[in-house]
Amino acid sequence: MTIDLANQIVTGLLTGLVYSLMALGLSVIFGVVRVVNFAHGEMTALAMYAAWMLFTWLELDPLVGLPLIALLLFALGYVMQRGLIDAFVAKPEHMQFILLVAVAIIMVNFSLLVFGPDAHGIQVPYGFDTYEVGPLLVDKVRLLAASAALAISGLLMLFFRRTMTGKAIRACADNLVGARVIGLNVKQLYAVTFGIGSACVGAAGALLSLLIDVMPSSGPELTMLAFIIVIVGGLGSMGGALLGGMLIGVSEVLAGYFLMPSMKGMFSFAILILILVLRPQGLMGARK
Amino acid sequence: MSRQAILLGLLLAAFALAPLVAGPYLLSVLVVVMYFAYVGQAWNIMMGFAGQLSLGHTLYVGLGAYTAAALFVHLGVPAALGLFAAAAAAVAVGGVIGALGFRFGVKGVYFALLTIAFAEFTRILFEHIPGLGGPAGLFLPVGDRGGIDLIHLRGHPLMFYYLILAMTVGIFLLCRRLVRSRLGYTWLAVREDQEAAAALGINVFRAKLTAVMLSAGLTALGGVFFAFYYNNLFPNQAFSMNRSIEIILAPIVGGLGTLFGPILGALILTPLGELITMATEAMGFKAAGIKQLCYGLSLLAIVKFLPDGVWPWLRTRLGLEPDAGGEGES
Repeated sequence: MTIDLANQIVTGLLTGLVYSLMALGLSVIFGVVRVVNFAHGEMTALAMYAAWMLFTWLELDPLVGLPLIALLLFALGYVMQRGLIDAFVAKPEHMQFILLVAVAIIMVNFSLLVFGPDAHGIQVPYGFDTYEVGPLLVDKVRLLAASAALAISGLLMLFFRRTMTGKAIRACADNLVGARVIGLNVKQLYAVTFGIGSACVGAAGALLSLLIDVMPSSGPELTMLAFIIVIVGGLGSMGGALLGGMLIGVSEVLAGYFLMPSMKGMFSFAILILILVLRPQGLMGARK
Repeated sequence: MSRQAILLGLLLAAFALAPLVAGPYLLSVLVVVMYFAYVGQAWNIMMGFAGQLSLGHTLYVGLGAYTAAALFVHLGVPAALGLFAAAAAAVAVGGVIGALGFRFGVKGVYFALLTIAFAEFTRILFEHIPGLGGPAGLFLPVGDRGGIDLIHLRGHPLMFYYLILAMTVGIFLLCRRLVRSRLGYTWLAVREDQEAAAALGINVFRAKLTAVMLSAGLTALGGVFFAFYYNNLFPNQAFSMNRSIEIILAPIVGGLGTLFGPILGALILTPLGELITMATEAMGFKAAGIKQLCYGLSLLAIVKFLPDGVWPWLRTRLGLEPDAGGEGES
């Protein structure tokens, strides 16, 4: 029983890391553009469909197709910010909410129209391989997906710390007026940021397609999941998104193990409520 | 008489006389229009007047619906009594959420997420309560559809039509009184500048809590209507995020914080959805999702081109004075 439980926890941790990458995108967008992307899960679902198409038609492994999908989502995010969201950046929150809800409705029903209501899954040849680590059994796909997610998160942190563009984006987040004063093109940087956040979503979607099936209703569920992770970790904190993802991944398997699998969501929302009330800046966020 | 009053009188007369000419289908659409105008108005008290964004408002619809329905199904309590329990349950839960949120300084996006979290938590909770039917749903016995029994809320569709019309008129008049009352001005002060309101000696915490509890209780009455009109309740519908979105669309599209906004928004959105369905079916599209896709596109166009809502725009065109609490005064 303890071995079984330990296996479950490892599964939760690894899945959680992939969730983290998705949530990281939300966190980056909110941290800089200050717009809450309520279409986040829907975009993830689109990325999963892209991975499924590449796999079904070109027999392309999602791990190989990942850069392409990330690039596509970057373009989608960039265009969305430039053409649609930029005009709403200074508008009140409820207007941004309605705008992105409209985008989410369009995406969900577009997927429904094109792919139908059925679940689509990817079965890679190594799908059932496992590694024995001591007494534990670790799924190969899960380990690969989690490692890739962790590596991409690391690259993203390097980007924000080392490159000029990354530093410029951080400047916009820290001091918008100052960023304008020194002549940064804020509009352009916002679009790049939304693109980067969306590229995270693209990569996470490609990885998630290895672990779970996608259907139109996956979108809203993933949006909620991304929110919970980001709030628990701290909106705008990159390390927080990683921690939050692992925490929620583990809490999901524990709730499924000790209670009922259908109650795992309740567990996550209870954590969300507690964090919002007791530590609204999240576990790793700084007090404003 | 002001032109606004004449306009309102004409609208009311049209709705009151509609059953003379309208068939069952059109009446059912009008019931939905008025239902969304009603709950939109109730939501507007919290957001439009007091400036507190609730994105989980279906929580109160669901609580009201389930409370009254469960009392009726299990104990035979008539709806006329059950509605008090329904409102009380929603007011209590709204009070808890408001007290938690406002006491701990949960603001803006975070407060909105708190309301979503409570609604989603309750949805999954209700799926695990066997006495309420769980995910399989709770069904009300369909009674005599010929008679008129307002006590048990069983009877002819026309009874429901006039009931929701009365509710919509009632909440409109109530909100009209509210925005011109001391409490209403307190809410506006809090909405516009919380610190300034506090400096004036307004008890901000109490003002916001009153708005949440009042809005929750009134929304729950809409839930009671919903339960007895449709006779079935499912947690993944009654408490779904989609329902919360539907509730807030009418007031936002119509014009946030205005008295006409929720009514106008409902008058636009519900028929729009029906028209899109008819149009796509007439053109031979049977594909699932096409209606919602068009709906999303229309919504996008409305928020993009009329961000303040349709009513403030229309009001200027008609040369009408702004109603209290509207954008024009703030």
